[in-house]
Amino acid sequence: MLALGQDEIAKYPFLADAGQYLKDKGFTLEQFGTDPDLKLLVEKAFNRIEVAADGKIYHSDLIGDQASNQAALPREVFSFLLAIVLLKLSGMNTLIKRFALAEARRAEKYLEKDLANISDESKKQLAIRIIDDLFSVQIKKQDDYFVIPISNYLKHSINFHEREWKLINRHVENGLVFLTPHETVRLIRKELGTYISSKIINAKTPPMISGFEESVSKLISMSKKFATYTVTTGEYPPCIKHAIEILEKGENLPHSGRFMLATFLLSKGQSVEKIAPLFKNAPDYNERVTLYQLNHLAGTSGSGTQYSCPSCEKLKTQNLCFAIPECDNIINPLQFGKKRT
Amino acid sequence: MQENDVKFLEDSFKKYYFEHFDLIRVPNRTSEREFGFQKFNSGMTRHISIKDDKELHLLLMQNIPSDVYCSNACYAFPNLPMNEKDWKEADLIFDIDAKDLNLECRKNHTISKCNECNEISTNSNNCSKCNSIKLEKKSLPCKNCIDASKNEVSKLSKILTEDLDVQQNNIHIYFSGNEGFHVYVYDSQFQQLGSRERSELTDYIMFNGAIPETFGMKKFKPNRSSFPDFEEKGWRGRFSQEVYGLKSKRSKIISELITNGYSSFQKTLEGISDKIGAKIDPNVTMDIHRIFRLPGSLNSKSGLTKILCNDLPKFDPYTEASFLDESSVEVMANCPIEFKLKNRKFGPYFNEKASIPTYVAVYMICKKLATIS
Repeated sequence: MLALGQDEIAKYPFLADAGQYLKDKGFTLEQFGTDPDLKLLVEKAFNRIEVAADGKIYHSDLIGDQASNQAALPREVFSFLLAIVLLKLSGMNTLIKRFALAEARRAEKYLEKDLANISDESKKQLAIRIIDDLFSVQIKKQDDYFVIPISNYLKHSINFHEREWKLINRHVENGLVFLTPHETVRLIRKELGTYISSKIINAKTPPMISGFEESVSKLISMSKKFATYTVTTGEYPPCIKHAIEILEKGENLPHSGRFMLATFLLSKGQSVEKIAPLFKNAPDYNERVTLYQLNHLAGTSGSGTQYSCPSCEKLKTQNLCFAIPECDNIINPLQFGKKRT
Repeated sequence: MQENDVKFLEDSFKKYYFEHFDLIRVPNRTSEREFGFQKFNSGMTRHISIKDDKELHLLLMQNIPSDVYCSNACYAFPNLPMNEKDWKEADLIFDIDAKDLNLECRKNHTISKCNECNEISTNSNNCSKCNSIKLEKKSLPCKNCIDASKNEVSKLSKILTEDLDVQQNNIHIYFSGNEGFHVYVYDSQFQQLGSRERSELTDYIMFNGAIPETFGMKKFKPNRSSFPDFEEKGWRGRFSQEVYGLKSKRSKIISELITNGYSSFQKTLEGISDKIGAKIDPNVTMDIHRIFRLPGSLNSKSGLTKILCNDLPKFDPYTEASFLDESSVEVMANCPIEFKLKNRKFGPYFNEKASIPTYVAVYMICKKLATIS
């Protein structure tokens, strides 16, 4: 674990060992429920979750890199640790996810600032080390940019759906990708969120602490408003329609297209027997082979793995995507026509 | 395929494997690879592991396969079912095929064989005899096809060495044995990448998914100074060469691009993608479990060898990849177009008897354009 200074823990509180931190400061959780001064921190923690649940980033007491006064630093850390306690007591996973994401975005801001810091080399080195230790991303400074090996970049960038993250839209040279401090940090946002949420999920749930009950019950009712219901129109997406048209015309649909069509229909609950006749018009149709392959995809034969429908991104690469406005930024054909209410 | 045709092909293939085993390249880390093979008129046998040259030789002589394959991946247990193999890493592989290049010459040398009535014709949409649309296309690729494929290989090589930092000596280029090339990249930083990451690499190499912003064009108030320059590395440099042409034209063309607007710029990018991107088969590169034709083995679509190309510009597959016998055989040939093998012209044949060298007979029988008479 990295050795962190007081202000670093305030910026990156998820790096601290919670129990150890409280012990070092000489506090027990129970005190926060009863001591009127400390109870304010529970409210602060509640507020930190509330802001996160709203999709915003918690505005901290840190001004720039420095706390406005020395007392603010521990308050920052306590409110984070107490927020985790409240979340664990509420047991609401939707809130944990939202909180982790918001905290990741907050840490991102500090990491970015530290990376871009030209006056304090040690701050920059710390940020580089956090990124390496936590996410095994090795970045190096080159002129005004940070460079990272392509293979390393790809492992993270494939989680993004925006086109500017595609390798083709990056400055690439000699096996390296060039990134600004902002982009470097943005690259690990998801992993940062995952890291924070796994820390919360793996934390032990303490027994209810007297004085915490009210905040916990407020959290439980808050999480209810995030429940979503989906309705489906039942219409097929354009890629699937296109594949069916090709087959109906008796033209050749490439293997990748057949894979997409079959996995899509299987996921929609259609049976192998119902899907097989679709391929009848294919120039190389063979009933035995088709049934064998469909059963393989459905997981009823072979390894038992059930294959899933490829993502829109993959279909684009395979020239099988014929997106229309109704696709509305979905990332998998299976999501087509689903509306959240 | 008829029995005596199969026997003839098997005899010829067996002779090749007996006499030319030196051409066959067992990949490094042999025992960690998965091997597979097909026999004439039969399905695929895979999940085979092989220790060394000797075992491979034995497999070839015992089974006389029509096609032999070897994985680009290394596994802890190559002979177990797919999800128990324990994947370790995979060489980066590329397939460039003349049939994917939309070449004008294709219609001149593609033959259709009707699956219903076996009629052979040069009509590409429906059978001229029974009107069926179930046609099997057979192509006898020409020099133009090979030259165009070589050009794609060169583009690929350049992107690999310049942008992706692959060492030239780690790029191995093979003629596929039919109408294209297979390219292997060894010891690169990409060995451990999964399928989704390789798909991104594929888009990079093919110039797919580029956005105007990458080349300096913005929706609002584009800035001239952010447009690419000739000296730049990577795609911005290649864009300059393709779109500006000459240095002296740069300024004028940037003005035009800005006047024409954002969506026109997007169209320009899509338009040049075919020209500057390397046309590889994305499915092959994305596949980290593929069994890929074994170097040095015969391709049953032609009877030609998948052979290493040491000098790509000079390489001529129709002389250098043909290793079968000269001895003459009698066939019934039905091949309405002319083709060249080992610098000799053959055909056209219109459902007629012909006495031809073994390597030609194998070529035509593999393409289902002749049978042993």
